[in-house]
Amino acid sequence: MRNFLVARLMQAGIVAMVVGALCFLLMRVLPGDAAMRIAAGRYGPDARIAEAADKVRLELGLDRPVLLQFLEWLGGLLRLDLGHSLVTGAPVVDELQVQLGASVWLAASALLISLLIGPVIGIFSGLKPGGIADRTGLVGAVVFRAIPPFVLGLMLMLILSKQLGWLPPAGFGSPREILLPALTLALGLAAMSSRVTRNAVAAVAKTPYFAFARHKGLPEAIVVRRHGIRNAAIPVVSYLGLQAIYLVEGVVVVESLFAYPGIGHALVHAIVERDIPMVQGTALVMGLMFVAIAALVDAISLWLDPRFGRAA
Amino acid sequence: MLRALFITFALGLAVTNNSAHAQVLKVAGPWEVTGIDPAQTGYVFSRLQVAETLVTADPEGKLIPALAERWSVSDDALTWRFTLRDEARFHDGTPVTAQAAAASLKRALSGVGVLSQVPIADIVSEGRDVVLRLEKPFSALPAYLVHFSTIILAPSSFDASGKVKQIVGSGPYKVASLTPPAKLELKDSGTWWGGKPSIAEVSYLAVGQGETRALMAESGEADLVFSMLPVSVDRLKENPRLDVKIATIPRTRILKVNAASVFFDDVEERQALSHAIDRVGITKVILRNPELAATQIFPPALKGWYASDLQPLGRDVARAKELLTEAGWTPGSDGILEQDGKRFSVTLLTYSSWPELPPIATALQAQLREVGIEIKVSVGNSSEIPARHGDGTLEIGLVSRLYSIVPDPVGTLLQDYGPGGSDWGAMGWDNQEIQGLVAKLAVTTNPTERAPLQRRAVEILQQELPSIPVTWSELAIVSSKRITGVQVDPLEVNYGLAAIRWAK
Repeated sequence: MRNFLVARLMQAGIVAMVVGALCFLLMRVLPGDAAMRIAAGRYGPDARIAEAADKVRLELGLDRPVLLQFLEWLGGLLRLDLGHSLVTGAPVVDELQVQLGASVWLAASALLISLLIGPVIGIFSGLKPGGIADRTGLVGAVVFRAIPPFVLGLMLMLILSKQLGWLPPAGFGSPREILLPALTLALGLAAMSSRVTRNAVAAVAKTPYFAFARHKGLPEAIVVRRHGIRNAAIPVVSYLGLQAIYLVEGVVVVESLFAYPGIGHALVHAIVERDIPMVQGTALVMGLMFVAIAALVDAISLWLDPRFGRAA
Repeated sequence: MLRALFITFALGLAVTNNSAHAQVLKVAGPWEVTGIDPAQTGYVFSRLQVAETLVTADPEGKLIPALAERWSVSDDALTWRFTLRDEARFHDGTPVTAQAAAASLKRALSGVGVLSQVPIADIVSEGRDVVLRLEKPFSALPAYLVHFSTIILAPSSFDASGKVKQIVGSGPYKVASLTPPAKLELKDSGTWWGGKPSIAEVSYLAVGQGETRALMAESGEADLVFSMLPVSVDRLKENPRLDVKIATIPRTRILKVNAASVFFDDVEERQALSHAIDRVGITKVILRNPELAATQIFPPALKGWYASDLQPLGRDVARAKELLTEAGWTPGSDGILEQDGKRFSVTLLTYSSWPELPPIATALQAQLREVGIEIKVSVGNSSEIPARHGDGTLEIGLVSRLYSIVPDPVGTLLQDYGPGGSDWGAMGWDNQEIQGLVAKLAVTTNPTERAPLQRRAVEILQQELPSIPVTWSELAIVSSKRITGVQVDPLEVNYGLAAIRWAK
């Protein structure tokens, strides 16, 4: 276990360095004048941008050597200081707290809702491959995975907000407002996890130990609970790790559609406005999140199937 | 565990649903609160009546008292004196003193805001008066004090280094909570000189997507929604629970041409470009309102600047071709014009922060092709226009220009058509007459003396076309029938929330 943690921490450190350096370099090689972009981001397009850009350049010292600016960021990172946003002037850490917090809530809610939908459908589909449940599940999965989150979100808004008036179409701060964006993400996630679960359950259902449990006369529910779920869960859990990537992708679109102030929204704005410390901070946090999710998935898999540990 | 979670969700749903509608006025608009410095997002705080300026403007564009109850100018036109209201209080309970107001203005003067364009020598306080001394006469000064970057904040708004740490203003509403960039909650400040607002609590949400804003109005989740997309307006008008109000605002979409380039250095070429544009087609299809076709640079909302008897700009393809021939262009083998072996092929730069600009650009591309002009459309970030103006590489740009940054367009004209042009104005165009007119307007306060000067300035712009007007803009506001007293402010200075009431 200690080796596992040390390895993951080292991995996190490397991710931090690589992400920081890459972001810095990429933002530097983008065409256009950073001071102009920052000025437009700060003061809006109606301001006298060229004049504002000169003030911004002077204030932020953007004409200093590139290497010096990067080393400063690195030094700050070692002191756990991510710097200040060039646009809002607030510490990057403060902005990330609000935005990351909001995104984590959204992602967690989406994952939870998807787990209530996907695996349940998957189990029913997998127990009788080719049956009605399986075929309906397949059609549903194809449809919900094929619709882009943006369109799905709009459709849900039209039905659940406009027609039925159940949920607010935008906003944040209370459970009511998180439901629509979370559901939008969850349906896409469930579309995938239902199929993975279905295949895993179908595979488990074919095994001799599963057949034996049925033969010895155990009720079906107990068979599934005792011999099915844990075994079928291993590929599903590994797959959840991959779903984190879908979440991050989807979150960017869904956040801007539902006016939800998350990290995806922040990253897009920061890139457009050339807010380098914000881009670095956001990308860093996202990178570390991937490491954390991968570690968590590995840990759960290890717990579900101790054979992995013995083999290693 | 899951059941408990569900119950919490359901309860949350029921509880927030009931209480939220009880008293909070819910407002949605596209503007995010990115940073609280007045030069950045002062407009959010001034429009939502949290902070006030010394002077404000009514929906007609007339300057009226705000924090200053009156003002006067010395005979030599160099000293302006603004007398503060005795009863004005900041939200922290301290009186609005002339010292505090002078300090706020000095800060605005040193930052990025409109005040730096005024020839100010000194700002001091004398008793209840804020005194601004000028280096030379400048008639539009009170109009500059309407701008959101000049909002007056209490000394407790600033930290030791002079940075704004919170907004402590003097308006009818004070900030209850701010979650940048999207959410702002306000409540009755209880200290406003103008009395108590009818609705005590307001919640503002920044919603970037126009479709989402429309759905918020339709689902009853917002009582007041600003800046509706043209495509949603017709649908919203049909809804019996909603009121749609539209005003033409002093914002014009113009083609900013490089008049120093071989393509646009003759006035015939610029006029031909203007004749080639089907403005009515663009406004009908893209903006869904043919009345927005710009027949001159300023829309009728800018009184005294819109000249109803001016020959309107319109489409005349035959005339466009004639003018181009006069300017020495002849069609090449593929129909694109040529002159001395150079093709009439230019890159049109625009940006997407106004979502209608890229579609308008592609419509222009097709229309100009008809007279033999090849346009390559390039969509970038808004900062590229000033950047390419600066290094002289801009050929033609499609921009959205606001003429009421201050309620007197002289300020904007001074910038845009002064010597050297400006980021959003003329490029490579030097007209001594208009420079003289604008300089004269800047020192003339008497409206009857100003009228002929304004008229002549507009005539020159219409004739010379250093910027080619394409369409005007409108502001659409949707309000729920649950509220009354909503007013549209074409100058977007103040949304008058304090006057809104719940309908009986």
